[in-house]
Amino acid sequence: MKGIEIRNLVKFYGDVQALKSVSVSFSENKIYGLLGRNGAGKTTLLNSITGRIFPDSGKILIDGEPAIENDNAQSKVFMMGEKNFYPDGMKVKDAIKWTEEFYPGFDRGYCIDLAEKFGLNQNKKIKNLSTGYGSIFRLILTLSVNAHFLLFDEPVLGLDANHRDMFYRSLLEKYSEQPFTAVISTHLIEEVAAVIEEVVIIKKGEIIRNQATEDLLTKGCSLSGSAAAIDSFIAGKTLLGVDSLGGFKTAYLLEEIDPTNLPSGIEMGKMDLQKLFIYLTNE
Amino acid sequence: MDFQEEKPIFVQIAEYVEDGILSGAYPEDSQIPSTTEISVWHKINPATALKGINILVDEGVIYKKRGLGMFVNIGAAESIRSKRRRQFYENYINKVIIEAKKLGLSSEEVTSMIERGYGR
Repeated sequence: MKGIEIRNLVKFYGDVQALKSVSVSFSENKIYGLLGRNGAGKTTLLNSITGRIFPDSGKILIDGEPAIENDNAQSKVFMMGEKNFYPDGMKVKDAIKWTEEFYPGFDRGYCIDLAEKFGLNQNKKIKNLSTGYGSIFRLILTLSVNAHFLLFDEPVLGLDANHRDMFYRSLLEKYSEQPFTAVISTHLIEEVAAVIEEVVIIKKGEIIRNQATEDLLTKGCSLSGSAAAIDSFIAGKTLLGVDSLGGFKTAYLLEEIDPTNLPSGIEMGKMDLQKLFIYLTNE
Repeated sequence: MDFQEEKPIFVQIAEYVEDGILSGAYPEDSQIPSTTEISVWHKINPATALKGINILVDEGVIYKKRGLGMFVNIGAAESIRSKRRRQFYENYINKVIIEAKKLGLSSEEVTSMIERGYGR
């Protein structure tokens, strides 16, 4: 099978179970959003794929081959992590040269173009880059390596609105020209909602949602009205949550409701991905 | 363009291109932007852009020229106009009436407001 396949992955940090038998697949040439609250296990999952950490049990296959300690499988994956793995005193331009030597598919011309577009000073030492430019440096390298599977862990951390905009556009441009699989872990859900085709939500080390973004958005809805009207309508339905303000109530559901079939006095609205995420991952 | 939550994005993309055809930005027999251009411009997944474009292909509003791209069909503006006229009651008038009833406005009062708007 083409793609990344993860089966029953378990990882402990001491007594804490960071991944509880996680099974998920990332198919070829799709853009995924990997969403979860702080400490949910996103980075642990991504780090396991690239072999930066070793899971306690479970399987990871890349295009059908075991990923752990397998150079051929690993050469297809590139991860933009939260941290730099380059020597402290290294300059940006030297890191570009160095990456080029390790990744045969690396596109130097494209990398330099992106660096100029983002205003990244290539003569700076990596350790002297600001948080934002540190992220920019890593995401530019990731977009330039031309690996089949690109994993982005918090790609827009510290980026201003203009640079975030440039990142999403550059990613989509590159993807349109030559598709690849991208897994984007981010907290800026609203911004990425339209970019991702599939959404994977992880909560406390377990995958709780894994479906087409549009499919999830179609099902999420809110119903508002007087508490009495809402209570009688939602009886027996599975709720994501309820908000009330005095006698006014809003119920959130994951169900397709026919708007022409609603009792009068109840108004239906849709939920965006961020709102759905909040209700799905609330304690 | 800001997307609304109420409608799927691919539907909004189709409407956005329709608006371009209605306004004359994309005249008949001219080329519309490519799926890639639409995707990058609106920061949406190319699959979503393609789904929106395919609605218009299915409705015969645009057609594909092999190797060249998508072009506006002859009569596209007129067919969009008549489709939107058919949907006018459902999309606009219906909402006005629901709100008017909530406020206790009579049909005469609403009609006179519409006439006032037209007279401006």
